[in-house]
Amino acid sequence: MTPLAAFLIVAALVFAIGLAISLTRRNAILVLIGIELMLNAANLNLIAFWRFGPHSSGHGDGLTGMMFAIFSIAVAAAEAAVGLGLVITYHRHAKTTDLDAMTRMKG
Amino acid sequence: MSLQASFWNNLDQVFVLLQHWIAGYFPVGLQSAVGTILAVVGILATFPGIFALTTVLERKGLGRIQNRLGPNRVGPLGILQPVADGIKSLTKEDIVPLSADAAVHFLAPVVLVVAVFLGYAVLPVGRNMVLMNMDAGLLFFFAIGASTELSIFMAGWSSRNKYSLLGAMRAVAQMISYEVPLLLSSVVAVMITGSLSTVKIVEAQSGFTGIFPHWYVFTPWGFAGFVLFVIAALAETNRSPFDLPEGESELVAGYFTEYSGFKFALFFLGEYLGMFSIAGFAITLFLGGWGAPLSVLGFVPSWVWFFLKLLAAIAFFIWLRGTLPRLRQDQLMNFAWKFMLPMTLLNLLVAGAWRFLGDGWLRWVVCSAVLLAAYVLLGRVLMRHQNLGARSYRYAD
Amino acid sequence: MIFGFSIAFLLTAALTVAGALAAALLKNLVHCALSLTVTFAGLALLYLQLDAQFAGFAQILVYIGAVAILVVFAILLTRGAGIAEYRGFSSSWLLGLSIAAATFALLGWAVIKSLPAETEASAAPAVTVQSIGAALMSSYVLPLEIVAVLLTVALIGAVIVAMPEPRTRKSGAESGGGQ
Repeated sequence: MTPLAAFLIVAALVFAIGLAISLTRRNAILVLIGIELMLNAANLNLIAFWRFGPHSSGHGDGLTGMMFAIFSIAVAAAEAAVGLGLVITYHRHAKTTDLDAMTRMKG
Repeated sequence: MSLQASFWNNLDQVFVLLQHWIAGYFPVGLQSAVGTILAVVGILATFPGIFALTTVLERKGLGRIQNRLGPNRVGPLGILQPVADGIKSLTKEDIVPLSADAAVHFLAPVVLVVAVFLGYAVLPVGRNMVLMNMDAGLLFFFAIGASTELSIFMAGWSSRNKYSLLGAMRAVAQMISYEVPLLLSSVVAVMITGSLSTVKIVEAQSGFTGIFPHWYVFTPWGFAGFVLFVIAALAETNRSPFDLPEGESELVAGYFTEYSGFKFALFFLGEYLGMFSIAGFAITLFLGGWGAPLSVLGFVPSWVWFFLKLLAAIAFFIWLRGTLPRLRQDQLMNFAWKFMLPMTLLNLLVAGAWRFLGDGWLRWVVCSAVLLAAYVLLGRVLMRHQNLGARSYRYAD
Repeated sequence: MIFGFSIAFLLTAALTVAGALAAALLKNLVHCALSLTVTFAGLALLYLQLDAQFAGFAQILVYIGAVAILVVFAILLTRGAGIAEYRGFSSSWLLGLSIAAATFALLGWAVIKSLPAETEASAAPAVTVQSIGAALMSSYVLPLEIVAVLLTVALIGAVIVAMPEPRTRKSGAESGGGQ
């Protein structure tokens, strides 16, 4: 079985790449893509720790890690929908998705 | 076991025995891998073979419905038409538009065919004849089905053609809208069985009372679920009457427009294979999978029943294609969100009531009455503004 | 077994990281979205290797089947299909890249420092879909209901936010009237 550290390093790598996307690209949608990557990396962490950890049948029946990840998937989908709706609305208003041009709050 | 019974049993398991016999020639460590590879080869051989048969059946069937002969040149009664079609599509020039996105244009049919073939992994074709007996098999199938939408979008976008893009957007909107009724209508079968595994769902329907089988389609909620599943399945596979995205008379060929030769054949193959796998799942969930329709016919091999039911489903789809007019995009969407979604949710309630009303005639009456009343009321409410006149017929002379 | 890792893990991890890198570096927005889909698929395969079948299939169903399509539609509706009229990377890209690299270095150091070299996995947990369903209905029923409400609110909110504004009557007020 691949050691836990390997999965965590992969998750850290994906997280760092997602962070880089959010910080360096100019398109608003790419920022949202970066955020989705970061959320996915966190999910991978959760599931890796769930798999390698103790599976006590205390509160949560030993399923806590996977349940957390599943709820996180649902919430991330909702957040992606709202975020993309906002980007679409801003584009309709300012005709651009360039983040470096979104410097004013005045309509 | 008597000689006759063991003969029928062996015939039923003939493919499993063949698989074990061939795997026996390999060292022990490799045997399970070889067995899996043989099963995959079986799937790769059977379903494209059924695809070839269906192309002929469809064209001849549509032809007869439309009062003309279908293809009848190649081979006796046109049976060898798929061979001619195959040679044509393999030797046609592969044209890619100059401004098209070459990588995505190439990958779209590949993604579609791979995703569709993956869906066959959890389809129980006969007793003990399923490639992967997964605990969450049904969820796997629906997840893979959701991936096919992406390939359609890739095809439409990469062609840089407004007809393709329009067709792709319409197709994806339609597929997403009908995904919800598809999943919800299959949940009733899962609820009553208590498992997401396709093998367990088929086994739960393999009992008989008297000579009649315990198929879910013979219960009120199962019948409603089956009808809703089939309608949603037709919409998911872009099949008539939901074939607006590839409406030949409207969008040239929708998202297929810029594809020619082998890639077009791959799209065609992917679409039909998707139709077969979803029909296979309708059979598994509601029509008893590989079970016999009457207990006296139980000696016939299980895979024979499955493929007979599959052929019946295909014939039904061809019949629908030839008979019903196409739905407009807004009619499609209204139908999905305003009719099918409430009906599937109500079906869930009815299935729960079925379980808790206990055995007897009461639950039949209550469940059927609720479903019928909902159907009639919903239909009347949604059609109240449409002033349709009396039906008139015009026959071709 | 290379370096003690299985081939399956190495291939899937390589696929995931390659997809993420492609999403970071490609110029064409739709290509970025499609490589994001590849990353999602790689992550689903990693979940399957971790015996989390339900999470893997949910990842494919939700992320590839819904979120990726959402992203692609948003790209189309904001007309990102052609070449962007501005350069892909912002002027402060070096700062962003160094922050990301520092984050990775910190996380990697924390992982390597705190874990022994060979963690042995406990026996594969006996997770069936039935046990997940039972858990959802007993221990996790409150989060389930809250997520249901959250999804409804998010759906209605996204539709309202993205709806085109109704035409206001010409009363002299321009953009101030339509909010």
